[in-house]
Amino acid sequence: MSPPVPALSPEQKQELATIAQRIIAPGKGILAADESTGAIAKRLSSVGAENTEENRRWYRQLLFTADSRVDACIGGVILFHETLYQKADDGRPFPQVIRGKGALVGIKVDKGVVPLAGTNGETTTQGLDGLMERCAQYKKDGADFAKWRCVLKISEHTPTRLAVMENANVLARYASICQQNGIVPIVEPEILPDGDHDLKHCQYVTEKVGDVPVVSPCPHHVPVVSPPMSPCPQVLAAVYKALSDHHVYLEGTLLKPNMVTPGHACTKKYSPEEIAMATVTALRRTVPPAVPGITFLSGGQSEEEASLNLNAINRCPLARPWALTFSYGRALQASALRAWAGKKDNTKAAQEEYVKRALANSLACQGKYTPSGPAGAAASESLFVSNHAY
Amino acid sequence: MTHQYPALTAEQKKELSDIALRIVAPGKGILAADESVGHMAKRLNQIGVENTEENRRLYRQILFSADSRVKKCIGGVIFFHETMYQKADDGTPFVQMIKDKGIVVGIKVDKGVVPLAGTDGETTTQGLDGLSERCAQYKKDGADFAKWRCVLKISDNTPSALAIMENANVLARYASICQQNGIVPIVEPEILPDGDHDLKRCQYVTEKVSSGAGSSAGTVLCRAGGLHAARSSQVLAAVYKALSDHHVYLEGTLLKPNMVTPGHSCPTKYSPEEIAMATVTALRRTVPPAVPGVTFLSGGQSEEEASINLNAINTCPLVRPWALTFSYGRALQASALGAWRGQRDNATAATEEFVKRAEVNGLAALGKYEGSGDDSGAAGQSLYVANHAY
Repeated sequence: MSPPVPALSPEQKQELATIAQRIIAPGKGILAADESTGAIAKRLSSVGAENTEENRRWYRQLLFTADSRVDACIGGVILFHETLYQKADDGRPFPQVIRGKGALVGIKVDKGVVPLAGTNGETTTQGLDGLMERCAQYKKDGADFAKWRCVLKISEHTPTRLAVMENANVLARYASICQQNGIVPIVEPEILPDGDHDLKHCQYVTEKVGDVPVVSPCPHHVPVVSPPMSPCPQVLAAVYKALSDHHVYLEGTLLKPNMVTPGHACTKKYSPEEIAMATVTALRRTVPPAVPGITFLSGGQSEEEASLNLNAINRCPLARPWALTFSYGRALQASALRAWAGKKDNTKAAQEEYVKRALANSLACQGKYTPSGPAGAAASESLFVSNHAY
Repeated sequence: MTHQYPALTAEQKKELSDIALRIVAPGKGILAADESVGHMAKRLNQIGVENTEENRRLYRQILFSADSRVKKCIGGVIFFHETMYQKADDGTPFVQMIKDKGIVVGIKVDKGVVPLAGTDGETTTQGLDGLSERCAQYKKDGADFAKWRCVLKISDNTPSALAIMENANVLARYASICQQNGIVPIVEPEILPDGDHDLKRCQYVTEKVSSGAGSSAGTVLCRAGGLHAARSSQVLAAVYKALSDHHVYLEGTLLKPNMVTPGHSCPTKYSPEEIAMATVTALRRTVPPAVPGVTFLSGGQSEEEASINLNAINTCPLVRPWALTFSYGRALQASALGAWRGQRDNATAATEEFVKRAEVNGLAALGKYEGSGDDSGAAGQSLYVANHAY
């Protein structure tokens, strides 16, 4: 049923759809550089760098001023509030630097998770107060898209219906408010795949994921994905129901989900093709074709894993009506961070590492990636952090 | 389904329940003195007084200086944030003045309504960000209950399913967070009964509002009144579903609804008994007995109307398992405000006007008020303000 009063005019819809299309244009994905001050502290300390505002500025500048090889790979960069108002050495505000390379600027707008009473550690996300005014200001200051992260945990008793419903609803409110301000909302319902339970669940190695078709070109039989993945379709279904209820214009949104992977405590290894099949199947069942693009988060995957899996997703033989690309943080930055190690002299070397991953993922989102030669030192290392908080 | 992760311990539940029962003890109700700064501007403007912090302080002092006669009829006072931290002329904090009279202190915690895109002027209410921390602080500063107002409008295509669902959900989130901090949430889903449509709908239609008690003739209400009753039931059903989903402890809550009345443009006068019957019937169908009290808002009713109607509600022959009392703003303060007119010399007389209305409503909450028989003066004047915003 169409809303009695349209939420958006045709011009507003056009603007939103165009922004979304530019971000996920063929060969392009997103650099997620929106780590909060607390999250970046961990990254910096892991390479022995101090968490000062200047170090944060220098580190982001390193990424944003990488040479023109990245221009064809990066459609959007997500920033943290502080970074939106920082400048490069030459005095240009970072939004200007980013747009100068043909990418759009995004802004993280949520204010973190808060507990849901009466649940086993489940959360919702806050940040709706005054969001309308903040979005209007961010739009003026150069942002064209936004990001909001909700978190659902998989365990024996979670996610509960309350957590699914509440998180879907808050994502829809955020999305509605963004669109009123010409900002494309990236909707991120992250499902945390960690915890002991994984080991138990990984015993269900031969469990079918619903009625996954066996497609002849695919050399593998039914993908062996364990139950931790089954809440994923439920979550996405609830999210799209909520977006519909809240009159959100799907063509002007992006989705940032997990790939469907086994938990990190799981000892069994799955091939990229199995992960791809499980992921695309879940998405086909829940994400309407009107959504222009799906930009995966990398979770705890290593840089190389994240590229290989994305590549397999883009080679999966199932029909895929949306762009399937990356919105990577750690999986784009780990080697660069390691190479920089807080020393300005290492800037060029660090940028080279970043460019390498950007190029790899640009190929991966077109299904054209073939790893060649030894990967960067950090490329294969798992980036899993327990109970990760950005 | 058994609840494995209790939201509250037995001690927390007892504390909340005790607070709620104290507020709605027999013969007691609430003074709603939580008008925001903007809202106070209108009140003071009406009596030609400037809206300064000092005048607001002086005015609240008039109310809070009431003598011990109010102890038996006022169970709680709702404050606005500014007022929580103001003091009387002699330096006594207002919070202390109230507590010294054995009255429970409450605090308005919402941050006003915001639009719901794609609807016909419908809204939700914001204020959840950092609410847990704010509640913890208010509790330390003397508050034991809180208030949050949602607004739904009645017209041809409202309230929509989205507005009902979203407002019910946000009320439940607010209530859950309050309870985690030892604060009893008053849940206020106000249904605005104004608008042009009322005039069209005010046709004489005999609509039976079937009573749970069986026989007796139905209540004659115009279509607007019937519509108001039906919508109230829908909204309240959604609210209690949401409270249940969010694990809110009902014995530690209060409800602040409208009475069921015809629209203000309706020329037909209905008797207090008819209003009472329609109101109690709607509540019996939706408000679980576990809720200790229903504290009506006065809306645009005059002081006398609000008391007479409350009295009729308390003499209504239907079984009523909750306390039915008042949470009045304008209907307790109009005469006092008029008597004060900003002059210190009038303070005592103004306080006396307030005490009179407080005592009358205390009697009404027991079904023992016989009416003043006098509709002149401020008491009989309608306090209706179009599209009222607190």
